[in-house]
Amino acid sequence: MGLLDKVIFLLRITQTNDIVRRYFVVNGFDGALTMMGLIIGFLVSTPADLTVIINACLGAAIALGMSGFSSAYISESAERKRALGKLEDAMIQDLHESAHGEASRWVPLLIALVNGLAPLVISLLILMPLWLSKSGFLLPLPPLYAAIIVALFLVFLLGLFIGHIAKISWLRSGIQTLLVAALTAAMIFLVARY
Amino acid sequence: MVLVKRIVLDVLKPHQPNALEFSQTIAAACNDCQVHLTVLEMDENTETVEVVITGNAIKFDDIQLAISDMGGSLHSIDQVEVQSETNDA
Repeated sequence: MGLLDKVIFLLRITQTNDIVRRYFVVNGFDGALTMMGLIIGFLVSTPADLTVIINACLGAAIALGMSGFSSAYISESAERKRALGKLEDAMIQDLHESAHGEASRWVPLLIALVNGLAPLVISLLILMPLWLSKSGFLLPLPPLYAAIIVALFLVFLLGLFIGHIAKISWLRSGIQTLLVAALTAAMIFLVARY
Repeated sequence: MVLVKRIVLDVLKPHQPNALEFSQTIAAACNDCQVHLTVLEMDENTETVEVVITGNAIKFDDIQLAISDMGGSLHSIDQVEVQSETNDA
């Protein structure tokens, strides 16, 4: 069995496919909105050096990734151990050497990786225009505005993904998530002004 | 040489892997076998199944290993069909 088939098999027998998907969307959304909020915060503040902005955003991205990884690992490990114990009671046998035992060891790690990497990777993508600008690449927009556009685009893509899962209109779902991002941006502008 | 041609097993298994995946894994574990699985009883977390395996030379140890790998527990061997083969060589 190949690695991918093995991962799919372990997720299927523990029935955690939907948990992985949910964590990806929830924490990915978290990462995108946090980065967008930080960047808008810098935009409405006294102009700061791009290095300071990148470092602040990078710090937040790493913290989001670590938080996502550790929290999911701790909670999912406990959940999987509980589920395995329940199954062992029903089967009246030790299942540690079986596929269920293997799943109870690997599934928490897989879920934690998704939960940690989703906000980290999305945050890093949002920070790309800032890095490009710092490296001397000429962007059609100022780097902070370009980063906000990337954030909005990624939020829209997450909406499309949600629409695909729910088998509803992709466009409608994409626009819904985009509206949430727009509302967040408006609230930050409003709070920063008054 | 005695060859196992048919074997009927009473197995307790978790709901996952499901009956299809369970029988596919057993079939993959023994060469050129036919697997017939019937769910006899369903519980909250487990199900009792009857597994009928037919083949030319069934290797029982491989089947037992496949069942335990999937978290199943072999309760009993209910029927066996074996055939002796004269060694002409």
